[in-house]
Amino acid sequence: MGRSTARRTATWALALVAAAFSGLALGLEWNLQPAASRIAADIHGLHEYVMILVTVIFVGVFGFMFWACYAHRKSKGHKAEQFHENTTVEIIWTVIPALILIVIAWPATSVLIAQRDTSNPDLTIKVTGFQWKWGYDYIKGEGEGISFVSKLATPRDQIENKAPKGDNYLLEVDNEMVVPVGKKVRVLTTAADVVHAWWIPAFGVKQDAMPGFIRDLHFKAEKTGTFRGQCVELCGKEHGFMPIVVRVVTQDEYSKWVGEHKKAMAAAADDPAKQHTLDELKARGEKVYAANCVACHQASGKGTPPAFPPLDGSKVVNGPKEAEMDVVMNGRPNTAMQPFARQLNDTEIAAVITFTRNNWSNKVGDLVQPAEVKAARK
Amino acid sequence: MSAVVDNHGHAAGHDDHHGYQGGVMRWIMTTNHKDIGTLYLWFSFIMFMAGGGMAMAIRLELFEPGIQFFNPDLFNQFTTMHGLIMVFGAIMPAFVGFANWQIPMMIGAPDMAFARMNNWSFWILPFAASLLIISFFVPGGAPGVGWTMYAPLTVQMGVGMDLTIFAVHLLGMSSIMGSINIITTILNMRAPGMTLMRMPLFVWTWLITAYLLVAAMPVLAGAVTMTLTDRHFGTTFFNAAGGGDPVLYQHIFWFFGHPEVYIIALPAFGVISQVIPAFSRKPLFGYASMVYATSAIAILSFIVWAHHMYTVGMPVSAQLFFMYATTIIAVPTGVKVFNWVATMWKGSLTFETPMLFAIGFLFLFTLGGFTGLVLSLVPVDVQLQDTYYVVAHFHYVMVAGALFSAFAGVYFWLPKWTGRMYDETLGKWHFWLTMIFFNMIFFVQHFLGLAGMPRRIPDYPLMFETWNKISSIGAFGMGLSQVFFLYIVLKAIRTGEKAPEKVWEGADSLEWTHLPTPVPYHTWETPPVLK
Repeated sequence: MGRSTARRTATWALALVAAAFSGLALGLEWNLQPAASRIAADIHGLHEYVMILVTVIFVGVFGFMFWACYAHRKSKGHKAEQFHENTTVEIIWTVIPALILIVIAWPATSVLIAQRDTSNPDLTIKVTGFQWKWGYDYIKGEGEGISFVSKLATPRDQIENKAPKGDNYLLEVDNEMVVPVGKKVRVLTTAADVVHAWWIPAFGVKQDAMPGFIRDLHFKAEKTGTFRGQCVELCGKEHGFMPIVVRVVTQDEYSKWVGEHKKAMAAAADDPAKQHTLDELKARGEKVYAANCVACHQASGKGTPPAFPPLDGSKVVNGPKEAEMDVVMNGRPNTAMQPFARQLNDTEIAAVITFTRNNWSNKVGDLVQPAEVKAARK
Repeated sequence: MSAVVDNHGHAAGHDDHHGYQGGVMRWIMTTNHKDIGTLYLWFSFIMFMAGGGMAMAIRLELFEPGIQFFNPDLFNQFTTMHGLIMVFGAIMPAFVGFANWQIPMMIGAPDMAFARMNNWSFWILPFAASLLIISFFVPGGAPGVGWTMYAPLTVQMGVGMDLTIFAVHLLGMSSIMGSINIITTILNMRAPGMTLMRMPLFVWTWLITAYLLVAAMPVLAGAVTMTLTDRHFGTTFFNAAGGGDPVLYQHIFWFFGHPEVYIIALPAFGVISQVIPAFSRKPLFGYASMVYATSAIAILSFIVWAHHMYTVGMPVSAQLFFMYATTIIAVPTGVKVFNWVATMWKGSLTFETPMLFAIGFLFLFTLGGFTGLVLSLVPVDVQLQDTYYVVAHFHYVMVAGALFSAFAGVYFWLPKWTGRMYDETLGKWHFWLTMIFFNMIFFVQHFLGLAGMPRRIPDYPLMFETWNKISSIGAFGMGLSQVFFLYIVLKAIRTGEKAPEKVWEGADSLEWTHLPTPVPYHTWETPPVLK
């Protein structure tokens, strides 16, 4: 009776442990993401090699310790020996770790040197970190001249738990960076405000984006697909919400994308000379606001003071339009309010200013035309 | 040696060299190294609870994806203050507390060299800590920049940033004064016959740590002062538009920051080097090589700082230099670990609570050391920099390293200090709960980091959910276990059994062999004579 209970308990426990492990193996992320470039594969190889070495050493050293804990206990009547200091032993355990380090440093050095060789790229793309989005400019190679901003596409409702979360929650953007497979891509990183960091784990590349400086990295994707990463340097309030998505396509698809993207850019280009009505600008401005301003100033226009002041009822927004244009275009130094003159075109700036002046309780009634923004550009 | 507190016969108005005043004035006016040690330890425990509360808040928000409890701004403020409070408010003062209690007793000195400065070193701390806490309640809140305070994010912060900068200045002053005191005491006030190479290893590690502090803290003060002038006085040290460079800040910060790691770790090594021989009933295996290894670690700690910033975009040659220099630290650290294990080998081991924490330290700190070796390799670090792998790594060093050794120290010396034993059963419970919950929090974070979860984010993609849940549950358990620790200590002080005259069979430094239990208020008014 007692015995069978024990056996049943043991069986159940085993089954539970087995289920737990298979669940873990299936459902959880244990290790580095699958490599999609040669460098990433080399890094994973290096990581495994080092892990095996240190695991062996760890088991060895603590084998001694736990054996001592087991066998050299006072409760077992073990008498302490009083030996200490042994020059031979001490030299051995200094020299052997030093040799192991050489064995580790050698492959690390060769991977590192390959990793940093950014010469002769097929395609060069400049990536600019903004609070809190990424700007992409294709500056050399096929697609030269393409330029867009890439922002989080996950709806606010999902983040605030008002809607179910999608599969790519926080890892989806409105405009993906597109590159051809098998081509060496050099990425130049920089930033407009604070330090950000650009990272795609599957490519084994990570580089801080420094405001005012250009750094570089390179990768050559070996398979097509969509690869996702996140900003990895604390850059303020929305640091967790500026993902990076790279779509790797075949050469043909890439050429097609370049053609379509250029056509779309030409079609979408706004004519700064065009005169708009108040309603047109308000409608456009609402979209610009939702894309660029809402994270800080909130949909209600109330902001989250004092770091992010309200626009609803604001003296600046309800004052002369030149003053508001100055803030929007040139930013406020030493605050999160950045200069939008470089990120938005004349029509977008005109629209968003018009929107703020005639929304919520703000009823200024005037409007800003794109031509005025163009004239105000320095 | 009398066990009676020596406060007899001194007229009022006489300075407090021999007795002490009653009530709260005793603690405000005290120049006694034991009182000041007690103040440091209680202060550090209060800060540990405050910083721990913030850690609970962080883990609560990260329990599941989505924003539930704290907006991202407040979340960043918690991560910043958790780091600053734990490093400068909890861990560093805890070891200064041990230094105050133990160094004079261990070297046969009547008190610290500069007794009044000692009082001031401590009493600066509550003001600095208040500034850090008050910053949550000023317009804009506490800075949300991380404990590293990287430029130029710091210029966007509100007045809370200025309070933090001022607090860092005060904390630095306190540390420098404390270090000068420790160096002077050790070099000048040893009992006759207590040569440098006869000092207990705890004293050695503190002597070396004190030099690190004197060298590193002013560098941090410089970094935060430049931040202050960039914010308010139009300088552009870290602003490219004015000819500065944000990377300069990182270099200055980590030139302080890496020695800081050893400022925290070396005294912890010292405590462990007292505890392991005591419970192995066997002398430390290689005393001299431990001293040399500690010195080597201290010197190397000044030439490896840029391994915290491999991804800023430095030349390959610089990356190679910092990678090689960093891996070399594994050699003296290995020497220490081998020495501790060799000390236990063929000893006569018992496993009271201090020894359990020491073994826990040895096991987990070494694990943290190995992940440090993994991180030291630039190509691997490129994948792991600024992920949860780094968070896991440094908590193995800071919590399983420094905190475990502080617990070992408290259980080890509390009976000597108070004359009362803690409850051994409860102590063991505290160890096992802390051990299990600690690993539950941080072991899984290695997986999160490998799988690609960045640190310092208030919300995360769905694939990281399970590990985060496990980690959060561990955190709540760990937090509760430390309240339990408070109960154990209070119980010991109030109603603990009387400690035997010789508390631990194998302990052999001066405070155990030459002083009664509990130690009297004043010790070594005549120095001991060592043969």
